[in-house]
Formats: sequence, structure tokens, C-alpha cells
Amino acid sequence: MREKGKDVTIDAVSPAAEAERVVNAVMDDLRSGGHRGVVVDSPPGAGKSTLVVRAAIDLASAGEPVLIVAQTNEQVDDLIERLAAAAPHLAIGRLSAATYRAPERIARWPSVRIATTVTQLDGAAILIGTAAKWATVTEGSWPWAIVDEAYQMRSDALLRVAGRFARALFVGDPGQLDPFSTVETSRWAGLTWDPMQSAVAVLLRHNPDLPVHRLPVSWRLPASAAPVVAEAFYPFTGFRSGTTAAERSLVLAKSGPGDTVDDAVERAAATGWALYELPPRYTLRTDREATAACARLALRILERGAVAFSERAPEGSPVTADRIAIGTAHRDQAAAIRKELGVAGEGITVDTANRLQGREFDVTIVLHPLSGRRDATAFHLESGRLCVLASRHRHACIVVARAGIADLLDAYPSWEPVHLNVPVAFPDGWEAHHVFLSHLASAVTTAG
Amino acid sequence: MRERLARLRGPLPPRQPTARTIAALTRNPGCRRRAVLDSAGVDKQRLAARLGFPARVGQSRFALARSAAFAARVTADGGAELVRALRERLGLDLPEVRYVDLRAEGAVSDADATGVAGAGGERSAGAEEGYRATRATISRLLGRGERGAVLVAHPVMALEVAGQPWYVEPEALLLYAEGRFRVIALKSFAIIDGHADAAQVSAAAIESAVSVLAARHLLDDIGHDAQLVSPEVVLVCPRDFSIDPTAAVLDCRTQLATLRRHLARLARIEALLAALPPDLTFDLALTADGAPTRPPEELAAAVRAIDARYTPECLETCDIAYFCRHEAAGTTAALGRAVQEHLGGVETVAAVLGLADGSLLPPEEQKEVAELLRTAHRVRAEALAAAGVFGEERPR
Amino acid sequence: MSTLTALARVQAVAAGVAQPIATVRHVHVADHPLVFIPLTLAGEANAPLAAMIGTDPTAPRLLVVPEPRNRDERFAFAADLATDFLSYIDGHCRETEVVERGPGGEPRPCYRDAPQVWVPNREGIAFVRLLGRFTRFRRAEGPHAVHPSVPLLGQWLTFLADRAEFPGSSLLVAMTEALALHWATGQSATEDRNLAALLGWIDPPPGLSGAQAAALAEDPAIWPPAGPRTDPEFDNARLAPAIAAYHEAPDEPARRQAYAVLAELLRSQLAPTWELMWRGLALLRRLAPGAHVPDRWAADRMAFTEFADSVRTGQARPQPRRDGAVAAARRLHRLERAQAAYVVQRAYDDPLVMAEYRLTGEAFAGTVTHAEPNRVSDSGKKRVLRPRIVVVTEDWMPLPLGTVVYSPARPSQRATMVRLHRTDATTEVELELAGGMGRSLTPPPGSVPAVGEWVTYTTLAHEYRPEATFPAPEETPWTHGGPSDGEPEEDAAEDWAR
Repeated sequence: MREKGKDVTIDAVSPAAEAERVVNAVMDDLRSGGHRGVVVDSPPGAGKSTLVVRAAIDLASAGEPVLIVAQTNEQVDDLIERLAAAAPHLAIGRLSAATYRAPERIARWPSVRIATTVTQLDGAAILIGTAAKWATVTEGSWPWAIVDEAYQMRSDALLRVAGRFARALFVGDPGQLDPFSTVETSRWAGLTWDPMQSAVAVLLRHNPDLPVHRLPVSWRLPASAAPVVAEAFYPFTGFRSGTTAAERSLVLAKSGPGDTVDDAVERAAATGWALYELPPRYTLRTDREATAACARLALRILERGAVAFSERAPEGSPVTADRIAIGTAHRDQAAAIRKELGVAGEGITVDTANRLQGREFDVTIVLHPLSGRRDATAFHLESGRLCVLASRHRHACIVVARAGIADLLDAYPSWEPVHLNVPVAFPDGWEAHHVFLSHLASAVTTAG
Repeated sequence: MRERLARLRGPLPPRQPTARTIAALTRNPGCRRRAVLDSAGVDKQRLAARLGFPARVGQSRFALARSAAFAARVTADGGAELVRALRERLGLDLPEVRYVDLRAEGAVSDADATGVAGAGGERSAGAEEGYRATRATISRLLGRGERGAVLVAHPVMALEVAGQPWYVEPEALLLYAEGRFRVIALKSFAIIDGHADAAQVSAAAIESAVSVLAARHLLDDIGHDAQLVSPEVVLVCPRDFSIDPTAAVLDCRTQLATLRRHLARLARIEALLAALPPDLTFDLALTADGAPTRPPEELAAAVRAIDARYTPECLETCDIAYFCRHEAAGTTAALGRAVQEHLGGVETVAAVLGLADGSLLPPEEQKEVAELLRTAHRVRAEALAAAGVFGEERPR
Repeated sequence: MSTLTALARVQAVAAGVAQPIATVRHVHVADHPLVFIPLTLAGEANAPLAAMIGTDPTAPRLLVVPEPRNRDERFAFAADLATDFLSYIDGHCRETEVVERGPGGEPRPCYRDAPQVWVPNREGIAFVRLLGRFTRFRRAEGPHAVHPSVPLLGQWLTFLADRAEFPGSSLLVAMTEALALHWATGQSATEDRNLAALLGWIDPPPGLSGAQAAALAEDPAIWPPAGPRTDPEFDNARLAPAIAAYHEAPDEPARRQAYAVLAELLRSQLAPTWELMWRGLALLRRLAPGAHVPDRWAADRMAFTEFADSVRTGQARPQPRRDGAVAAARRLHRLERAQAAYVVQRAYDDPLVMAEYRLTGEAFAGTVTHAEPNRVSDSGKKRVLRPRIVVVTEDWMPLPLGTVVYSPARPSQRATMVRLHRTDATTEVELELAGGMGRSLTPPPGSVPAVGEWVTYTTLAHEYRPEATFPAPEETPWTHGGPSDGEPEEDAAEDWAR
């Protein structure tokens, strides 16, 4: 939370300076050794990986090996790439399953060794692997660990690895999806060590005095998106965009047929948001009109020759298929959209919110989780799901939905079971959806 | 609007909503029938009975007795047991607690035979006096800057529902300590090893939110900061298998937001009423000795004039649900929200079957769901045939 | 819930009788199950009022608690119940056999059979759990001593209730859940929780439709609730006066008389459900068990054996009030493992369950139109048998090329999708097969699907997942509160005053 009194000066300080101040405070806390743990909350695109890399190199340079615990193999490889580039002199050991095959982007670094056991990686300054792999290491203890994407990590996974380190830095995005299970878990509700909590939640419930820092600037989200995402999904903490409206622009190089799809694409290019609204109707999850609209919008961005101008590419860089993502709530919706995209859309990422966590694109198309539904459910209202979908883009986001979501929200029976001693989760999914929807109300293109 | 609602209700006095019935409004906020009937204060139990679909609302006297015994135990000796539980379980620093029972002071008539406030339904004659007494007591506490802690038993507060003020007599006390108020909700379900039934806690949380909101209105009304009432409610329940009280803190912020939202919608009920036939009424045409004379068919027609949004969950929360269920026979809604969702929102059983076996040509907007239903029909038949079981027959 | 089940519900409405949603039975039904129907007193926390129990449909035993609010009577009930329960359990601790436990596991003795308890509904399972909690911490000596069988009963009830949370376990089963797993009724899932209504739909009496039978079943005067909660009308009109009469009896004969009246009253509330339970069992027995049901029952038997051994040697695992950090994580892991296996097993065992995956594009079924059973690949280091088949399916096929799929008919064979050709109504899938064909370069007969065979393939895979390792409780890390001291397990002094 921003401290009172600092609010006045906040905009006078450049985003870079503001972010640097927080990062320095984090590094000071780490170096001081005064805390067993340090938590850093990072809103979407706030430089979480940069912080992890910097902290890892800093700690490793002090002479003691550092563990890094990430959640997926892809996240591990992403971090290795950045670590190896930033500190080629540091020996990095990648702890992997026997079936892991290093992709070229990893194999090309001479400083990176890959092995299935820790003993084979003796001498590495940085030891990195997934939480699942670290859980198989049952001996040894290291002075420091960095736990990445700690809000995606389940408490039980932390329990299995926490014995390996004395102190740790926990980094993650509290606005993303909560961990879930396929089995009934209410048995543990209310326990401070409920295994269904996130790693950060369990840590803070047992160690409430640990310092919690918040990265204040999103370098990904454009000036058009940061305030909306902050208000809807981070209502108490907030953050701002690291770039100004003038620094980012999306230009459509070619003209289009001038239909409503063009209208939505142009609106998104101009304002950063568009809601492509289909006529109200109760539909199947795999609503063909909606899935087709998602595909059409994505393809139209390619056809219109969109070029993204930003602080990274002041001369502009074309928005190619790999810079576009389509996000859904369900896997069958993603499958249906992939089918609609066909060959023309090859390279466009289509995936569920769960799998889009932590990823970044220039333009995203979102199939609204409540589109065409007759009733909302807790699953579809989960604020983290919408937050992930609405915060993957650097330039523009187009939401596709059937009209009538406001009524659907109004009719939602708010009657979730309540367990004693479970901290209330904020933001409430209903409120988050409502805030987000009212923002989009000014960006509607009615499909036709 | 008030007049309009009175006409809908007929000459009976309005059914006083309790914290429980106000809370129940959040169960199916999409139902217009319920919104209108509740706003008008129609006695749905009597209505349902006359319609021939009586509600199953009986309460066991063992449950009532237990609830009363628990409340009595907790509040005996100036709430000694309660104060002990608050101290022990919540670490509240309560050096000395004064106990003010508004009912014992004669300010509130003993409207309720069960001994638990608010369990009744009729507007209690003493509610207005109770409200005045509650106001006065709270004004006094705040006015003289009371230092110590005070427990206020049997408070009566008020809340505006659909443009009309209603008195709220919750199963709760107000704790005043350190210049702030907390709602202390008494419930007789057990907390066993720190765990309680999640549905019951959920109901308690939303009912408590009604109390918090009403208490905030009251403070507002007497010119004090409404935020002095904490959104954190203390839930007091029997511990384990005993009758000793234990306490837990319930953070009701989510429920408060929900409730505010739904009350705000009910305040806009005028638009809904405007669309109804002007002479619509649910008057039972009672005789002098209280027997209804309105023909059930006529009454049913009146009820049908307002759309319902029946779901099977209504059976547990709404007094006229059995009527609505009967009306919903043959619809997919009667089979539950999830079933309807999986059938792509197709409304009737007949349409689903027709689309599934191909005998019904789908309109444009149902082409997709028809395709899915035909596939489902095919794979189901294939699987049953492969196993030698045939659909649509008796399993024996 | 799926579109397939939803369709079955709609078909049930039209047919007037429940429709099958399973073609085989997915629960184990023991030869001699113990049926247990508890009733509680309204308002109280799990206070037993009465119970009907037994293994013989014609000879139920009735247990009555004339004053459920009295502490001694509650424990007398527990002791009484313990005689039935414990002798039933002991009856299964005689014959053992040696079984293998997973890959690399050591063979161990295991009881040939295990106890199986049936309660009417999920609330019945909750009753068992709470009665277990209520009794297991009691002591046979010291103040507030109880009969030695009481804490032992508590341990067993707790074990059963804990085990009931495991997907696919059949040691303690709720009848409504077991039935709803196999039949879809023409009413909602909410209404299916009423055992009489559910059975009314599945097996309506002659001359009645399912809907009519279910409507009758909702009248508590005809079909009393299956418990543990009683009908409030019954409480007020009949039970309360009967309990009062028992209390107010002036002398012993009058008291005996009042007791008899009360017992008869409670019998009348329990007997209809007793009959329903056995009818439900008979209906389930008519279904042939799924292929993996014996495997899951073997896991139940092993769990039973281990617990029985630990009880007998006095080293029963602690059953604390709430799981500690390590116990919770370990248990969640085991539940998830069981769930993953159960999901796959059910789909492999039952084409109707598999059909749900066909509808969501995670499985497809079709006819083999082409087969190259002797195809050998020499692209790798050595020549290997890699037969190819072509399957034509009408199913929705969103799976991308390269997906590995499996067939329930040949679970050890991997099939990789190497070619897809879509036409309007059908899709041709070419699959390359590996495994499950022995070591030679010619496949044994039947190991490769033949032209004309109807085959099903799915992405659901039968994988053995080894059990994860967890720290010892005394090594609970600081992130989870550090080592736990263990809590006192004594609450004999609980205040019972009313």
C-alpha cells in the first residue's frame, strides 16, 4: 500500500526512480539478513523477473550459492536465459528431470550445467529448478532461496522444499489465479497451514512480521490499461504504468473493409481497449459466433499490418502472430478458437487464463468468461481469471462478449460457503468484474 | 410506490422481514416474483398454502429450545459467559463490561416466545419503542464518551428495503468498546475444533451483515460516523459438543457489499412494478376469523403475472418455491442451473429431446447446441448399445 | 455434471424413470455390508437419538437414546453401537493373503475382505465423522470414564470417515451418492439428496411414474427423512410428547412402557429407510462391477489391514482434531493421486463415462479402416515395430497432431496421432502404435487393432505416480509454523450442562 504522505509526490518521481527505490529497499532487506523471508508483490509486468535476476546475482556474488525455485520448466528456462546473459561468469546449475531436453536457448550457454541431482551440480553459484524437482531433493540446506511466482505455488509444494533453505525471497503476483485442487479440501479450511493456500499466504500467516514490498510500476501495461487493471484487481495497493500514452502507440498500416471488426480493432488501437459485443443469447461454452469473432479479430490485426511503437521499439515493430494472444476461461473454448484460426492464424497463442499467467503480448483478445452464460459461477467470477486475461498486453486488449453480462452479475446469487478463520480474499470477484465491465462500457463496438 | 405495494399485499399488515429474510434476498436476486412479493411484505407462507403448495418451514421445538437455552446461557449473569468467551477466544481487552438489556428495561415488549429476538415474523408491536430505546442508548454511549465496554442486548434497528423502513431485531448483541461497535451474533450451531458448517456460517455472515448495515444506518441517523460499526462480526456458538460459548471473528466486508448491492436494486423496484397489471393483488380475502376466501386459481393467476426465476435451491429458501417448481415442470431450469447451462440454455425438456433426436429443426441461434445434443444423443446411444443397456427403459 | 448427464436427466423426465449414466458399477458392494442409519436430535451437535444397524435385511437392530441431551446416555449409545460395529470389523480380521504393493513395493499380508458400511447420505458420513470425534478422545479410566469400547469405536469411525473422502473408496459409502453415480433422475441434484425420492425415480413402484413416486417420497408423513435430521413435524407432534412421557413416568413399569412407545415411534421413522437401503443395494448389485473396482477395493482392504494392525498393536496413527501441516499436505497429495487414478479408471471401465470425454474432445471412437500391423520403423538406432492404423470417427476432433492417446482395450500401448484428415462429417486419424506388442518385430495376434474393429482412444493416461516425500512432522519448516508440539488429546472435562 502506498504510504500516506508519499501520494503527493508520487507523480513527481519518475516511474523508474520509484521502482528503483522499492528494489533498493528489497535488496537492503535481503542484505541486512534481519528477516528470514522477504516478500515482493508484483503486479502484471512490474519487473518481477528483473528483480529475481538482480537478487540472485547479488546474493550469489557474495559467495554463497543461491537456490531458485520456479513453478514450470518454461519459467526456469526463461530465468536461466536472463541470468546467463546478465552474469555470464556465474556458474548456473539447472536441476531437471531425466526427461528434460535443454532447448537451444539454454544449451548455448557454457556457464549452464544440467543434471538430475544436486551433487552433480556441485560448485554452481546458482541452482535452479522447478518446485516439483526441488521437492525430490531431501537433503542439504542452503543459506538463500528465491521463490518465483510464489502466489501460483501451493502451500504444500512450499512445505516440501522449505527445509532446503534458511532464508528466502518470495516474488509473485497476488492478482493472479489462486492455486486449486481437483479434490474436496474444506477439511483444512481455516488452518494456518491449509495446503490449498498460496506459498505467500501460508508464509505470512506464520510469519506476519516479514517485510512485504510492492513493485509500484507496470512496465508492460500501457497507460490506458494500468489504471483500469489497478482499480479492478488491485484496489487497495494500486500501481501505475511505467510509460506514458505518448510512448506507446499501435498503428494500423493497411486499411480494412470498414466492418464492425475493423471498428473494434481501430478502437483498440486508438484507446487500448475495445469490447466487441455480440447480441444477447444464452449459448454453449464454445459459442461459435464468439469463438469465430475472437479468431476474426486476431486475424484482422495481422491483415491490417499493425505496428507497435514503444519505448523498446521507437521505430515500430510489426505485430506478428507470436505477439498476439487469445485468452479463454476453458480449454474447449481455446480448442474451438484454434480451429477457427486455421492456417492463417498459425503462431497466435490461444490458451486458458491458467496457462497465460506470466506471459506477455502486444495485443490480446479475451473471450469474456461470462459471455453467453445464463448463470455466473464462482469459477467464472474468480477475479484472478479475469485479471490474468486483462493484463497480458503491452498495447491493446479486445474483449469479446455477449451483451447482458451486467444483468447476469445482478442476478448472481451471492451465497458462497464461508469457512471460519479463512482470511477474506480481495478483490471480490463480483466487484472486480463490475468495475472492469463499467470501464469497458465506453469502448463498445456492437457486432454486426 | 408505498401505495402500490400495499395494494399488492392487500389489507394484511406487511410481513416484517427479519435479518434472515433480508439475507435470503441475496439467494436468488434474479427472481422478480420474489423481489415484488418481499418488497410488498406479502405473507408468502399463507399465500403458498392457499395456492395448494404449502412451504415446509416447520422448526423443531428441540432446535428452538436449544437455541433459546444457548442464548440464555450466554446472556445470563450480565453476559458473564459471553464476556469470558470474547476475552479468551479473541483476546479482547475487556476489563469490565456493563450489560444493558433493552428488553429487560421494559423498553422492548417481549414479542418473541422463543426468547431469541427476531425469530418471529410479524411486525412486533414493540419494535418502534425498541428502536427508540436502542437509539437513545447508543446516543447516550457515544454522547458521554463511555470509557468502559458495554454489551447491548436485544437492540432494534432499522433498514430501508424497497423504499420502506423495516425494523430489524437480529439474534445479536452490540458490543461497545473503545469507542467502536461490534455486532455479536449468537448462533446455536456448533463450532467443533474451530470448524463449523460452511453453509450455516455463510448464512450467519450475511445475516450479520444486515445487522452491521442497520447499526450503521442508526449511527448515521443520530449524526455519528457509521464506520464506527466494525465490519468484523463476532460469531458466538456452542463449542464442540457442549453448550459453552466459543467465539470466532467473521469478516463480513464481502457480504456487506453484496447486501448493499441488492438493497440498492430493490430500491429501484418501481420500474418493475410499473410493468405489472394495475389491479394486481395478492389479497387472500380473509374472513373475519382469518380464513382465506380468494379462489386459489385466481390467486395463482396473479402470482403468474410476475416472472419467477425458479432454481431448485429456492426450495430451501423461499416459501412459495413449491408453487414455482410446479410451474417450472417440463423446463430445464427445474433440473438445476448446471443442467440448464450444459444444455446451452434450451428452455424446455421437449425442445432438448427434439433437438437431440433430430425431430425438431433448430432455429438459427440453436444450431450449435442442436449439434452438440445430437452428438450427445449419438454417443450415449452407442455406449449403451455397446454395453447391452438400452436407454429410456426401466433399469430392471 | 456434463452435457451427457444433463441429456440423461432430460430423457428421464420424458421417460418417467431414471436413466443409466453408467453401464457398469463403480463402487464395490460387499457380500455382507453393514447398513447404519443414524438419527440425531434437532438443534444439538450430533446428539444421537436413534439408529438402525445390521447386516441382515430381515433383522435390523434398533438403538434408542431416550434422552439424547444426557451425557451418560450418549456414551451408553456409543458403547451399544460399539458392540455391533466392532464385532462386524473383527469378523473381517481373520483371513489374510499376500499382495504386492505397487512397483517395487514389498509383498505384504492383507485381509481378504474388509468391512463395508452404508449410510443413507452424505450427512450420514458426517455423523460418523463427528461421532468418531466425540468418542475417540475419551478414556476408560479416570474422571468421566467410559466403557473401553467407546474410544476404540471412535478410532474406527474416524478411520472410516477419513477413508470416505478418498475418491473411489468403498469402505464407508453414502447410498444417495452411489446411486446418483449410476442413474440420472428427472429432478435436480438438490432433490436427489432425498433417498426416497431418488429411489422413486430409479425404481418406481408398479403403476407409478418416477415423478409421482418422488412426489410421494417428499411427504415426510409417508417417507420419513433418511436422517440424520428428523422431520420437524414429527419432532413437535410425536417425538416431544413421547420423550416427555418417558421423563415423567412415575415408576419403572410406566417408564418401560414409555420407552417401548418411544422405541416403536423411532422404529417407524427408521424402518422405511432401512428398506430403501437394501433396495438400493439390490439395484447396485444388478450392475456388473467395473474392471478396476477390485483394484480399488484391494487398496481399501490394504488401508483397513494397516489400520487394524495398528489398532491391535496399540500403535494406531494419531487422529488429531485437525491435521498438522505435514499431515494435511500428505493427505492432500494422496487424495489427488486417488482422484487422478479414479477418473481414468472410471472412463476406461465404462464406455458411457468415456462418452463424456468424446463430447469434450478428449477422446474419440470410430472404426479401423486400415491397418499396417507389421510396419517396422528404422528411423532410430535400431529397427522397431511401429504399426499404423487409420481410424474414422464422427467425433469432434480438436486434438492436434502429435498427441499421444491410449485405448482402454490396450492400455499399455501408446498411439501417436501422425495424420489427420477432416471431411464434413468425419475425421480420419492415422495412429502410430508403440508398446504392448512384445519384443519381436511381429505383433502377437490381437495386439494391433484390426480393420473393422470399433476402437476408442483418449488422452487420459494410466500412469503410475510414485508417492511424494514430505518432511517429518518434527521437521515442519518455519514457513509452516515450525515443528508442532502436539496438542493434548484430552477433553473428558467438557461441560455438558444444558
